[in-house]
Amino acid sequence: MLFFIGRRLYQAALVMLTVALIAFAMFQYVGDPVSNLAGQDTTVAERELLKERLGLNDSVLEQFSRFVINAVQGEFGVSYRMRVPVRDLIAERFPATLELSMMSAFLALLVGIPMGVYTALNRDSWLSRSFMTLSLIGISLPTFLIGIFLILFFGVILQWLPTFGRGEVVDLGWWSTGMLTGSGWRSMIMPAITLAVFQMTLIVRLIRAEMLEVLRTDYIKFARARGLSERSISFSHALKNTLVPVITIIGLQIGSLIAFAIITESVFQWPGMGLLFIQAIGEVDIPIMSAYLLLIGFVFVVINLIVDILYYTIDPRLRVEK
Amino acid sequence: MRDFLQRFFGGDLWWSFRSSPMVIVAAITTFVMIFSSAFANIVAPYDIFDLTQFNLMDSLKPPVWMERGEVGFLLGTDDQGRDVLSTILYGSRISLLVGFFSVISAMVLGIIIGLIAGYSGGWVDAVLMRIADVQLSFPAILIALLVNGIISGLLPGEAQADLAIYVLIVAISLSFWVQYARTVRSSTMVERTKEYVQAAQVIGLPQPLILLRHILPNVMGPVLVIATIQLALAIITEATLSFLGVGVPPTSPSLGTLIRIGNDYLFSGEWWITVFPGLALVILVLAVNILGDWLRDALNPKLR
Repeated sequence: MLFFIGRRLYQAALVMLTVALIAFAMFQYVGDPVSNLAGQDTTVAERELLKERLGLNDSVLEQFSRFVINAVQGEFGVSYRMRVPVRDLIAERFPATLELSMMSAFLALLVGIPMGVYTALNRDSWLSRSFMTLSLIGISLPTFLIGIFLILFFGVILQWLPTFGRGEVVDLGWWSTGMLTGSGWRSMIMPAITLAVFQMTLIVRLIRAEMLEVLRTDYIKFARARGLSERSISFSHALKNTLVPVITIIGLQIGSLIAFAIITESVFQWPGMGLLFIQAIGEVDIPIMSAYLLLIGFVFVVINLIVDILYYTIDPRLRVEK
Repeated sequence: MRDFLQRFFGGDLWWSFRSSPMVIVAAITTFVMIFSSAFANIVAPYDIFDLTQFNLMDSLKPPVWMERGEVGFLLGTDDQGRDVLSTILYGSRISLLVGFFSVISAMVLGIIIGLIAGYSGGWVDAVLMRIADVQLSFPAILIALLVNGIISGLLPGEAQADLAIYVLIVAISLSFWVQYARTVRSSTMVERTKEYVQAAQVIGLPQPLILLRHILPNVMGPVLVIATIQLALAIITEATLSFLGVGVPPTSPSLGTLIRIGNDYLFSGEWWITVFPGLALVILVLAVNILGDWLRDALNPKLR
């Protein structure tokens, strides 16, 4: 167990180091930090001073280690365009993205799992056929188009739901939440559905495939032979074993939810990190881009680690060998 | 050639194709869309790159069946007075081109890396697969966004618009190569130990020749299936990037760019500028997806 976790931690550190290297290389080679920070009419001497102060004259290795040390402390520099520390910008945007992603993950699981189980148990009924067709359409619909179509129907034509922003937000000091006001909830509905559709179709297809696989195994036949009820076979025998690989995928999907939030946020002008990132790309605002990259990298690595450990604790077969 | 045709039409693949109507419809749709966008300059009613053929006076006209619609503009016009049907045809051309070329370059890159990793093994394999692992833990769209952002940041301002399509192709293929590399690597590791490869080694053929002439043909099957499925993904990725405003510029619009342009007019009731390019995108991707799904199942002996 310790060996296993140790190896995973080592791999996670390696991934983080790679991501840090890329983020650092962006600072070094894309754009010139001095001309980005200095105004139009700074003299050459002032530029040299700024360069010295930013430590750009030190060796690359020194600069990289300083970059890593700063990043670990949450210090990502100052945005080129907005002249505000990147840390503050991200702290301000992070709650919006997290609330949106969690809500969609919840939605996707709530709808996806029952649909997947149903389509596996009743393979040939017309309802599961239409579920499968729907899921194929769901995979083929780009996220941003789902958002646009939702806006068109529920925002423009029916005028039921707000089409942009988070609505009213309650500030809890370190966290701003939209979950405490009616308009916050109403604003959440369309973005959350938009973000959830792709994950949902993925979950439906995955659960169905895994469940079909499990239903073919010997112990299910044995359970049938023992005369257990269909209900108990499907739920306590089959579904339980289906969930093991599904946990992995769902864990990984939470990471990609945060990444796909970039698209949803820009369709709905949701003031989260993704919107910040896409604006930063447009303006080549390197500090924000690299901070976002590091943060997303960190989230992914942590989720991967948790999933691996969960997998290890759930599936006893992994523990036997070695 | 006749022999090949006979084997093809007598074979399982053709039979499973003929017996599922959905796949036939998908194949026809894909073909029609590829054909009509490839010959857009003949098929399309107007040339959207010819400034004399559209007029600002015609801007924002609704489709022909609505009030104020004009017979000349079947699906209405956009904000610059361009015929929406024509922009869709030219737009699909760019979407399909970017899709095809990104899939092909991702495939070539993935195959080369996979062959090298699988054949040489050892630390080369370890390093290449570690890189693949790192990349696989991030969604492709994020990597494409990032690569696109970095390359555009490196290019001087005036070159950005001209090179946007190539940048996009590079960005998408750099985010899609991993799947090919992994598949090719694992089949190469199996093939490497077989007798025909050993025979080739014994007669002293150079390594690149062994890889390309002897191993490659035997590992291509699954690669082609991945390519079909990834074509749909590449088209979606291109559309998404263009929609986010980091893909192709509005001067040579793809479907994604068209949807982005139309999105600004959604609230003022001019829905057709967004909805029709959007539908074209969905139909194209859906058709390619259905074909890919079918191909995967038809070539997978386990499912028969």
